[in-house]
Amino acid sequence: MNNFQYKKEITVTTALEAVNSNENAAFIAGGTNIIDLWKYNITNPELLVDINGIDELRTIQELEDGGVRLGALVKNAATAYHPVIEKKYPLLSKAILAGASAQIRNMATDGGNLLQRTRCYYFYDPDVPCNKRVPGSGCPALNGRNRMHAILGNSEHCIAVFPSDMCVALAALEAVVNVMGPNGSRSIPFAEFHRLPGDMPHLDNTLQQDEMITSIDLPSNHLYKHYTYLKLRDRHSYAFALVSVAAAFEMDGNEIKKARIALGGVAHKPWRNTEAEEFLKGKTATADNFLIAAENVLFGAQGRGENDFKIPLARRAIVRACMMALNPETQRPGAGPSL
Amino acid sequence: MRSSPLWSIMLTVNRKDYELEILPWVSLLDALRDRLKLTGTKKGCDHGQCGACTVICDGQRILSCLSLAVMKNGSEITTIEGVANGSELHPLQKAFIEHDAFQCGYCTPGQICSALGMLTEGKAQTREEVKELMSGNLCRCGANAGIIDAIMEVKKGGDHE
Repeated sequence: MNNFQYKKEITVTTALEAVNSNENAAFIAGGTNIIDLWKYNITNPELLVDINGIDELRTIQELEDGGVRLGALVKNAATAYHPVIEKKYPLLSKAILAGASAQIRNMATDGGNLLQRTRCYYFYDPDVPCNKRVPGSGCPALNGRNRMHAILGNSEHCIAVFPSDMCVALAALEAVVNVMGPNGSRSIPFAEFHRLPGDMPHLDNTLQQDEMITSIDLPSNHLYKHYTYLKLRDRHSYAFALVSVAAAFEMDGNEIKKARIALGGVAHKPWRNTEAEEFLKGKTATADNFLIAAENVLFGAQGRGENDFKIPLARRAIVRACMMALNPETQRPGAGPSL
Repeated sequence: MRSSPLWSIMLTVNRKDYELEILPWVSLLDALRDRLKLTGTKKGCDHGQCGACTVICDGQRILSCLSLAVMKNGSEITTIEGVANGSELHPLQKAFIEHDAFQCGYCTPGQICSALGMLTEGKAQTREEVKELMSGNLCRCGANAGIIDAIMEVKKGGDHE
């Protein structure tokens, strides 16, 4: 745990200037991840730039095209319980509420959620090698304890998983991440925001060091009637996903007009396979069709020993989540699953 | 290691104002315990996993171990020491005693502050929902059933405000 300097900025421009004045500077918003990483000596910032005073990033705004813009500093709980989000994007509410604890959701911000680091035990242990923490040092998870690790999109350098629940819903909803940097703003489609490890697992995402997330746009859609977020984990609540599934459909009677399926807990980023979604288009909503889609989503999945169970678990979770999505009544707390 | 200047901050804790000169890396938890000597708030894991450090900050339950005191400048905080009304215990405190909602008592301040925050939020209706929204507070003695009983009683009584 190192000492650091602290600075509070109240505009995006001055905050960017402050963080770009020192290559070991970082923004701090909710702080729920960076403070923890700092205490574990995983990250050692020299300067923390507090951006909580930037009021323009604290609002949820309905857009003219029917979409919604989430300010980067809106708290996770405020997002999940916002009447507009509950009405238009209940999948997002449900995913957020499946993550962390009520206290952490009161602290953590929407922008920060996208930037949380993996919970891989080797990443969290500064005494062992880890390609994500120290590039080129090796990956003990490959042939070590890897029960929680990735089954899709792996490389020989890293099999860590991205831990967010919220982002699995954002992937399914095809959100867009708006960022600001010294050269202006740009918008990143959600599928391109997080990245696969490849030979650079130290990079979790495509945000540049000198950029800040300012907001997240949710496009207008009709995925609010048939949806679910199914999260499977080692304890009933307050645990990271072993496998999670965000599923949402537009239906015409029993025929699927549009399908979205995203997985959490299985890869270095929220996992989507648009071919599986295309397959479901025009099909009848049956467990058999969902099983074919599940096989598609999991094409190429590979375990590393302790996490082999995730492949059949994910297959069954996808089918079950799709069935549950058809009837959101099955989603009351304590209600039995529909399969 | 580079040193940083002290920051002057103001905290209102349990309706009392405090001015503090503080280093930026001091957590709100450590500021409460070590500087203000309010040791009711407990340091369990210090990593946001146990909930023992839960306090109410500006009306919301948060984890004081993952908060920097300097970032709470100007905030209004309630800790377990500020929950009772003088010598009159809060209904939730009474219910915890009646329902045997603790054994060792270490998690209790966090449980009570968290439950107060949850009742204010108003999102939990059923027992299942209370359990879910209290899951950020661990009890290693296993008094959870009593904790939920105590909260349900106060919730039904409606005298938590």
